Amino acid sequence: MFLKKIAMAGVVSLLGSTAFAGGHGCAIDARVSIVGNEFPAIQTVGAGATECTGAEVSKNLTADHQKINLAGMQGNPAEYTSAIVANSSIVALMNDDVIRPLDDLVAKHGQDLKKNQLITINGKVMAVAFMANAQHLVYRADILEKAGVEAPKTYEDMLAAAEKIRSMGLMENPVGGAYKAGWNLAQEFNNMYLGHGGSFFEAGSATPSINNEQGVATLNMMKALSEYMNPDFLTHDSNATNAEYRAGNVALMNMWGSRAATLTDAEGVSQEVKDGMAIAGPMTVGGGDQAASTLWWDGWTVAKNVSDAEAEATFIAMTHAIRPAILEDGEVAKQAVWLIDGYSPTDAAVGVFAAAQMNTTPYPMLPYMGLMHTALGAELADFMQGKESAEQALADVEAAYTAAAKEKGFL
Amino acid sequence: MKHRTFFWFFAPTAAAMLLFIAFPIVSVVLQSFFVPHEAVLIESENCGPFGCTQSTMVDQAATEALREEKPLGRFAGLSIYADRGHLAFAEVAEAWRTSESFGAFFKELGDLPFYRAMGFTLTYTFVCTPLLIMLGFAIAVAVNSLHRRLKGLMIFFSLLPMIVTPLIGSLILFWMIDSRGVLGQLIAYIADDPSLSLKASTPLMWVSLIVYGIWSSAPFAFVVFYAGLQTVPQDTLESAQIDGATRWQQIRYVVIPHLAPLVTFVALIQLMDNFRVLEPIIGFQAEAHAQSLSSFIISDLSGETQQLSSAATTSVLTIIGVAILLSPVLVRTWREFRGGAH
Repeated sequence: MFLKKIAMAGVVSLLGSTAFAGGHGCAIDARVSIVGNEFPAIQTVGAGATECTGAEVSKNLTADHQKINLAGMQGNPAEYTSAIVANSSIVALMNDDVIRPLDDLVAKHGQDLKKNQLITINGKVMAVAFMANAQHLVYRADILEKAGVEAPKTYEDMLAAAEKIRSMGLMENPVGGAYKAGWNLAQEFNNMYLGHGGSFFEAGSATPSINNEQGVATLNMMKALSEYMNPDFLTHDSNATNAEYRAGNVALMNMWGSRAATLTDAEGVSQEVKDGMAIAGPMTVGGGDQAASTLWWDGWTVAKNVSDAEAEATFIAMTHAIRPAILEDGEVAKQAVWLIDGYSPTDAAVGVFAAAQMNTTPYPMLPYMGLMHTALGAELADFMQGKESAEQALADVEAAYTAAAKEKGFL
Repeated sequence: MKHRTFFWFFAPTAAAMLLFIAFPIVSVVLQSFFVPHEAVLIESENCGPFGCTQSTMVDQAATEALREEKPLGRFAGLSIYADRGHLAFAEVAEAWRTSESFGAFFKELGDLPFYRAMGFTLTYTFVCTPLLIMLGFAIAVAVNSLHRRLKGLMIFFSLLPMIVTPLIGSLILFWMIDSRGVLGQLIAYIADDPSLSLKASTPLMWVSLIVYGIWSSAPFAFVVFYAGLQTVPQDTLESAQIDGATRWQQIRYVVIPHLAPLVTFVALIQLMDNFRVLEPIIGFQAEAHAQSLSSFIISDLSGETQQLSSAATTSVLTIIGVAILLSPVLVRTWREFRGGAH
């Protein structure tokens, strides 16, 4: 009897280890439920997690993930056992204490994870990153060649190139930008403001400090760029900006790395646009050496309000989804700048790599940065439409932020 | 009906109203008086793929203790109502003191989110409502005078704007008025200005939103008026015809007075609906030009950081706004009720 048991255990462990060695086995024994954004790389991760067997794995990948992830993790037990987040959106989950430290699970199941994938906050691993992202220059090499200009390294060069392209009649509105009032516009401000060497808050406090020289210079540069954009720029998010590029209406734009690889894959894109597309690193501005961009990571978290069994199952499934073997598929390797072991950069990744090499500032992970971002998005549109001065717009942002920060108890 | 019978007859409805209308309102009002606890912030070292940085984070243990003690948060009284994001009392007073003229005062006022949203919402409400009532009435009269066989088809087509989901309807129009869209190109051609863009101009955007509002709500007025037209007494109409009344006179002196109570009903519903305008603003991506109280609630709830107290306060202000808008009609109904009771 005893021998039989030992033999059984041996067989089971053998089976288990061969399964894991094969890299396909992923056995879980508790529920896994994932919420996250919907771009291609995240779809890959979501699909990878559903390969696991033994218990139910469900996923809800939507552009509106941020509206539901917090509410879906606040209950006990939480609806979602994992949220896929970025360095901006992890803050909301941290602020409300709905994600758990992963140190014990990393020690147990995280042999394949690289150290730089672990997002450590105050000494505890709170998320596992799988890809990096940044906004950088995407341009039309053929148009720039016709205009006789180099790919711009600074925003001032970009303005000069745009003027040349317009005056030569090559394009009416050669500059593209995701300047849609709200989140996108605020993000462009963040990029340009950091490029000018600005900081959002007084050191060590939540007091805003954007109404200054750098802030005004930032807004003036954004206004100058918008003169070369489609007049509807305040309604253009990344998707609409990409559509303009695909239609051959844009020669220069600051675009997300995660969208650059698949930019011209859509149907109906002319050969000219496909051949002319080129990628370069982020630009600088105002004579500074700081890139006018921000670095981002995307990663997954594990909910706090779930049983330890569910947390472990989630960790196993998500680790399986980002195992090094997924990079063997060329399509997958192209989807993002993966932080996974064994990733070698594709052509589409040069922009994000350049951003990392330029020591671009990561998007600030401060508890009150989200409120600042919202205030910027709401209050800058007036300036962009020429309805008020840069100083007034920045004062409005600070006032709107202050009201919100007081409500949330940061001030 | 005996009181007892009436009570049991009404009890399920009353319970549902209490549960689904009264309790949520109480909860929203309560939420608007409380704000989250002071955040206890601590220094932290954050490390990731891009190296380590010194940063700040919320001290969860300390915050948890605060929450245990007072689960509702800090009592804020009316302070959220008074802050810049809402009624902005201090800012309005400041603007009043410092502006030289009414024009300057209103410009300052327009810089505050609540008053700017009110500016658009009230314009939208008071332009859309009468126009859509007129349009709905005109369609109803026109369809009513059609041949029996055509009526069904025309009713279906007239109802289409209401059948189409508001967001989809506004998206379709949004693409049409794009500077590269059908209507956008046409308008630029007519105005002889190739760079003209509806989406870049605040007045034109307001016009587009109002046109959409009328288009999408006119079918509602149409349905109500069309139903009302079926009850117009034929005797009165015929005697008017014998008296030699023109078609216009028949409408003016027989049909309209007969439908007057329906006009009140449609106006009531539409004032309420239009005051809560949201879908066209989202669909037209008009956030830069037009805001409403409802769009504030959406952005408070879907921003990087949720602002529940602010959203609750805006909700209460919306309820108060609707109540003020409806007060003339409600007062009249109440008087009629009292009059009838005497």
